[in-house]
Amino acid sequence: MDHVTAILVSVLLAAAPLLFAALGELVTEKSGVLNLGVEGMMLVGAVCGFAVTAHSGHAALGILAAALAGMALSALFALLTLVLLANQVATGLALTLFGVGLSALVGKPFVGTPLEKLPDLPLPLLSHLPLLGPLLFDRDPLIYLAALLTLAVGWLLARTRAGLVVRAVGENPEAAHALGYPVRLIRFACILFGGAMAGLGGAYLSLAYTPMWAEDMTAGRGWIALALVVFSTWRPGRLVLGALLFGAFTIAQLHAQALGLAVPPEFLAMLPYLATILVLVLISRDAARIRLNAPAAIGKTFHPDH
Amino acid sequence: MKFVKWALAAAMTMSLGLPTAHADAPFKAAWIYVGPVSDHGYSFQHDQGRKAVEAALGAKVKTTFVESVPEGADAERVLTQLARDGNKLIFSTSFGFMNATLKVARAFPDVKFEHATGYKRAANVSTFSARFYEGRAVLGTIAGKMTKTGVVGYIASIPIPEVVRGIDAFTIALRKVRPDAKVKVIYVNSWYDPGKEAAAAKALIDQGADVLAQHTDSAAPVQTAEERGVWCFGQSSDMTRYAPHRLLTGIIENWDQYDVAEVKAAMNGSWKSHDTWGGLASGMVKLSPYNPAMPRDVVAAAEKTRQDIIAGKLNPFAGPITDQSGKLVVPAGKSLSDAQLLGLRFYVQGVEGNLPK
Repeated sequence: MDHVTAILVSVLLAAAPLLFAALGELVTEKSGVLNLGVEGMMLVGAVCGFAVTAHSGHAALGILAAALAGMALSALFALLTLVLLANQVATGLALTLFGVGLSALVGKPFVGTPLEKLPDLPLPLLSHLPLLGPLLFDRDPLIYLAALLTLAVGWLLARTRAGLVVRAVGENPEAAHALGYPVRLIRFACILFGGAMAGLGGAYLSLAYTPMWAEDMTAGRGWIALALVVFSTWRPGRLVLGALLFGAFTIAQLHAQALGLAVPPEFLAMLPYLATILVLVLISRDAARIRLNAPAAIGKTFHPDH
Repeated sequence: MKFVKWALAAAMTMSLGLPTAHADAPFKAAWIYVGPVSDHGYSFQHDQGRKAVEAALGAKVKTTFVESVPEGADAERVLTQLARDGNKLIFSTSFGFMNATLKVARAFPDVKFEHATGYKRAANVSTFSARFYEGRAVLGTIAGKMTKTGVVGYIASIPIPEVVRGIDAFTIALRKVRPDAKVKVIYVNSWYDPGKEAAAAKALIDQGADVLAQHTDSAAPVQTAEERGVWCFGQSSDMTRYAPHRLLTGIIENWDQYDVAEVKAAMNGSWKSHDTWGGLASGMVKLSPYNPAMPRDVVAAAEKTRQDIIAGKLNPFAGPITDQSGKLVVPAGKSLSDAQLLGLRFYVQGVEGNLPK
């Protein structure tokens, strides 16, 4: 693997956890629900994925556990916001606080436990392609899963009836309800999907990126994922671009330092955020289009009897 | 959540604290940590010191600790609470607790405080820190022997004198063995971000580094080194299990003897405010076991550096020292003073890149 490919691979891997979490949140938000608990769900996913893998020795079980753990936490959020009509912003923040504490508690016995990295799975034929082969098709299974899920979500949301219904629920829940769609059930499903994806993002960190458990190991990636959703104007394609951009600038600033460029590291550390905002502002400067994409009913609680 | 955890801990110490102390009641000492004791690093090592006190003095002492205390106003509240609970000696173990410690010390003149890594003292406040740079000089010696490419990567946290001192001591020792060697430094702007530390390690390896040193707290860099097949050094605690084949050795902090001595002094009334800056000789800085894969001549060179520092024959900052531009900063026969070391703000020759101002 040559140097350029190695750097591109680093970018791809840095983007993967963000993509997982952001994609899940995108679907949740498309259904009109704002879940600020992404960071907490990622951490719980990370610790459960790690714990189950360490105990069972099967990474597949760990990945499944991470998705289920994220889902369980998001189910709590769904119960509070959909059934008990709690404020979504406050509940989401509480969910993050809860997730941080819960993951630290569950993870206590696993601090300092080493784990085998999730192995790479070269795809037959494809991995021998020049350039793209070693970059895209010689990766770990979670990278393939991220790619597949992005395509699936993009297609489902834009091209299928189910996607249309989700969007309708996020745009105008009253109208969707009047048409006979089970608004709360649909939102529940979308919240669960968001939780599962955040859990997978966490598992990517604790099983593949840095195979270990450490308290607070997401280090704010859940919040970046949330920001990416807004900046991508709720479009999966742009989400991929945003995540890659963020990854690229994170890696680029590290390389710039190692090359000895005379730029303050504080500025370089800021650069990924700055660049991501700038580029996404540029590609989404058409305000009308943003309004068209933003779910109109986001953050508002809905009750069929009100 | 950290806040909840320390609030609970504070509440617990509050409920335990009985102000009526008897003559035969155990001596109460407390520790506060900036991180969780499970971090297997900085806070973990300080808690080892607390455990050493318990082991050495048994029922004669009663120790309390509060972990994950945010620096600033929260620290002040926790310290006040611990002082009110009748603790007579309080170890305040993070640099950022400095002003809070001084303030609370003024309010409780009969309580003694031990502040780690700070520089402000009072009649009832001592300071203590370790000369980690002595350990880093040993690591630099090893790196000089082990590197083939002559490029060594250094993952740093933030550009403060403590970190710069480590980089310089490491580089000086490195270039004594391998005069053409270069050190590439990446600051990750955090003491703890496994993802970013791993990415920094990869970037350094991609730019030709075949030995990695770190001044951050997670095991992510050594894990990356193991995966990519380059040599590495650990930090804070023994990280061998994360890189069994590639971890050469690492710096371990050890506060056990110091903490026990200070608690004993406070108990028998001989405690005085003072400043301690201990290194390899005092046992405050230790090295984790050498990797068996290290060739014998490398072990011999490392041990010679270590023994010479302990015996006082080698000062890691003895001249001649030249800065990056090649200017002679410390002539032969002279060395940097402790005051200069505490405020060290320049890179020596061999470090690439500019020191952020």
